[in-house]
Amino acid sequence: MKAAVVVFPGSNCDRDLKVAFENAGADVTMVWHKDTQMPSGIDVIGVPGGFSFGDYLRCGAIAANSPICQSVIAHAEKGGYVLGICNGFQVLTETGLLPGVLLRNGGLKYVCKAVDLKVETADSAYTSGYSEGDRITIPIAHHDGNYYADEDTLKRLNDENRVAFRYVQNPNGSLQDIAGILSENRRVLGMMPHPERMADPLHGNTEGRILFNSLVDQLQTA
Amino acid sequence: MKARVQVMLKTGVLDPQGEAVRHALGSLGFDGVEGVRQGKVIEIDLAETDKAKAEEAVKQMCEKLLANTVIESYTVEIA
Repeated sequence: MKAAVVVFPGSNCDRDLKVAFENAGADVTMVWHKDTQMPSGIDVIGVPGGFSFGDYLRCGAIAANSPICQSVIAHAEKGGYVLGICNGFQVLTETGLLPGVLLRNGGLKYVCKAVDLKVETADSAYTSGYSEGDRITIPIAHHDGNYYADEDTLKRLNDENRVAFRYVQNPNGSLQDIAGILSENRRVLGMMPHPERMADPLHGNTEGRILFNSLVDQLQTA
Repeated sequence: MKARVQVMLKTGVLDPQGEAVRHALGSLGFDGVEGVRQGKVIEIDLAETDKAKAEEAVKQMCEKLLANTVIESYTVEIA
């Protein structure tokens, strides 16, 4: 199973994401933002956390228009898997691969702490290792994680069971406590919490590792 | 030509920064500040000399990059 991790100027969770994919059994290639093509045979693309392009203009906006993102979009449109974490989630909303947008946190403060999440669906390659209703603890670290979408979009996300995770205690003002959402084909996941930071016994728990293990397992058997 | 783009959050989208500014103005003793919305202004120097073409180009820039039309609206002035 082959994974690529995109690196933008200002990415800072790219190597953590690489380690998390590798520990789950994936071969990982790092891809620079100026590259125009993904290496061949990539199953999943990781868009990591950080502060791509210094969060200038809007978080993720400049990254979403960088050369490599054209091939991220093409990969997703062909039915490929894309995982965007934190700034990666912001980038995916800016590309239009996921609906909605991440606004400035309601409390205006950067929030960095472990939070409890409720797994809302086990129906995706990412969440099949959990059970619906599971409570897991995963860290967040963001200033702009306040999920916003119009009412029609929220209704569609709920009707199609595309909310992957909700916060148990809303840390940032996100509508309907949304922490992570899936694309229509359930192959693109964007989430503000960092599963790669709860993926090793030394992190305190390994509840994030389950996401990487189930993704790699599913793609290996596919 | 010069273009001046104003990007604002759409009505109904919560603006926590504007709210914080409103509170700060109140605590400085400015009474009667009923609402504050914070946006951004982007000034662009263009080689284009035709006003209509310049406006069209800047609108495309807004749609593609300068504004996220899910939450933001924009206005373009050409001078």
